[in-house]
Amino acid sequence: MAAIHGDVHGHGHDDHHPTGIMRWITTTNHKDIGSMYLWFSLAMFFTGGFLALGIRAELFQPGIQILEPELFNSFTTLHGLIMVFGAIMPAFVGFANWQVPLMIGAPDMAFARMNNWSFWLLPVAASLLVSSFFVPGGAAAGGWTFYPPLSTQGGLGVDMMIFAVHILGASSIMGAINIITTILNMRAPGMKLMDMPLFVWTWLITAYLLVLVMPVLAGTVTMLLTDRHFGTSFFNAAGGGDPVLFQHIFWFFGHPEVYIMILPAFGIVSEIIPTFARKPLFGYSSMVYATASIAILSCVVWAHHMFTAGMPTVGQLFFMYSTMLIAVPTGVKVFNWTATMWRGSMTFETPMLFAIGFIFLFVIGGFSGVICAIVPIDIQVQDTYYVIAHFHYVLVSGALFSLFAGAYYWLPKWTGHMYDETLGKWHFWLSMIFFNLTFFVQHFLGLAGMPRRIPDYALQFADFNMISSIGAFGFGMSQLLFVYIVIKCVRSKEAAPEKPWDGATTLEWTHLPTPAPYHSFEKPPVFKPVSH
Amino acid sequence: MVQSNKIENNLTMMKKLLIFSVVMFVFGYAMVPFYEKFCEVAGINNLLQPDKLVKKMEIDTDRWVTVELDANTRGLPWDFKPLQRSIKFHPGEPVEVMYEITNHSDREITGQAIPSYSPRFLDKHLRKFECFCFTRQVLKPKETKVMPVQFVIEPSLPEYLHTLTISYTFFELPVGAKAVSEK
Repeated sequence: MAAIHGDVHGHGHDDHHPTGIMRWITTTNHKDIGSMYLWFSLAMFFTGGFLALGIRAELFQPGIQILEPELFNSFTTLHGLIMVFGAIMPAFVGFANWQVPLMIGAPDMAFARMNNWSFWLLPVAASLLVSSFFVPGGAAAGGWTFYPPLSTQGGLGVDMMIFAVHILGASSIMGAINIITTILNMRAPGMKLMDMPLFVWTWLITAYLLVLVMPVLAGTVTMLLTDRHFGTSFFNAAGGGDPVLFQHIFWFFGHPEVYIMILPAFGIVSEIIPTFARKPLFGYSSMVYATASIAILSCVVWAHHMFTAGMPTVGQLFFMYSTMLIAVPTGVKVFNWTATMWRGSMTFETPMLFAIGFIFLFVIGGFSGVICAIVPIDIQVQDTYYVIAHFHYVLVSGALFSLFAGAYYWLPKWTGHMYDETLGKWHFWLSMIFFNLTFFVQHFLGLAGMPRRIPDYALQFADFNMISSIGAFGFGMSQLLFVYIVIKCVRSKEAAPEKPWDGATTLEWTHLPTPAPYHSFEKPPVFKPVSH
Repeated sequence: MVQSNKIENNLTMMKKLLIFSVVMFVFGYAMVPFYEKFCEVAGINNLLQPDKLVKKMEIDTDRWVTVELDANTRGLPWDFKPLQRSIKFHPGEPVEVMYEITNHSDREITGQAIPSYSPRFLDKHLRKFECFCFTRQVLKPKETKVMPVQFVIEPSLPEYLHTLTISYTFFELPVGAKAVSEK
């Protein structure tokens, strides 16, 4: 790693720009900002991954070996927060920054200066989160959902977390406003909404979800803050508040949030599958409507996270059925991807492998989601490793795999160099094997009753935990390979072919050279709609 | 010309979206009174409001229930106890129990009692007409108060339940804070 020199980001420099570090601090170029988002999220991915490996190391054997229980709780809490807000979300925003203008034929994002600002808030928030480990009392330890009363009681670490969430929320809202405006106002002449690539569609809907729910999260953490320091009692039972109210408000944000993390993934996969099947996407308009339905449904299902918090049966039934209803538009999507591949001339380069791996494993996570939606089963598996297994199947093999797929797919366009195909395939297969080794057994642990967020466990869970920990370390190490592949690709001397994927039809492949020049589409391209 | 038009359009869009974000921020806060109202209307979590007196409730003389009384304080220097450990009566029969609180400290303290029932669904069968938990309690230094709770257990109580627990915990109210019962 020490061998990385300054020229790592050397794609298409510009003459009248500040150089060195100031270039990155002051840049308003969507490609620069996209790259920074991606590098930032990669760094956060390894930070969160380090915490995950700490957790798995402690759980390798029963008993307390490495982490004291308090620190273990901080590890699980910060692992969740960093992965959700620091790794997955910024990575998708990075893709949006790079790809949205390229795919709709816009010269840049609508508000370039604000774009810079939304990125540079992130390192501030991240350093608050990470440094909270070193303040008296340690980092927040009440779980990434920071339920009161724990979050109204903790020390300085909790305040730092609250402040970090505020900053991240502001960044996300600005990013979302930017993306919506870019997509709605800056498309190439002739590109109607229903002509947009699906990645752009999914991001448009995601950005709307962001402006819908991130302010609610900001309100929630503000209430926590005033409860902690200014004598209000929103959630404080002693003052007549209600901790269950927090859960309602939090999950009103939290459930759309999980779709914020998966809809762009759907978009990426919907670009890659047609490219490598060399067929247009099957059922384009149904894909758009399915995405929109998922987004709308996601706003009325939040209380399925709270079946055991005390709720009338009518409420449980409503949230159970509305949750299960989400399986319908999601099923439409999976059907369409499969139908796109049907009788296609498929090749299996790394992006396609990750996309197919995504479909395969995301469906497993989707099914366990439907299982968790069933009230009597959820009451059984609530807060067990079954839930952990479920959401890692949708977030790791869902969101993360799609990010890898997208990275391999667009790396040649971004850098002008081809990544190492052999190593990419290794990366896929190692990730695939170790991911399943880590998380599949957690289904069994959960069904057997192992609770989440505990540093120690009963002896009967020992074997599966050991397998899971071995898998986790294998998965973590395999990701170093990804870093190596990316750096090797960036530093490579060989030029990538102009259009490495012959099935690609979107503007960045058909109308721009490889690598994409620093300033692209200064004159809007002539867009000819393809019939979907 | 087209360019400046575009910038204007973008700014209009940004304004709309910013306003929308602010509205959603306020919406988060609006969920608080909405939640309280919803619970009140639906009769969920209705622990601190008096129930309506029902004149004629059938008394189920065929069975007895025992209600055990429990009292705790949380973080305030009060002594808080029921004057009897438990009470045995028929479902449908109105009863009154007494609690005593003493402030041991040298300062005036305001407290709010929060009830808790076992089994959890007892609130569906319990009607309380009078309770010290309906208002905040202010105790002068060294003051002692005796306070009643009047309630009835409805005959709709499932047959298999014989022993119930009603528990109260007193929390200190910060100076200036509003009690739930006064919201």
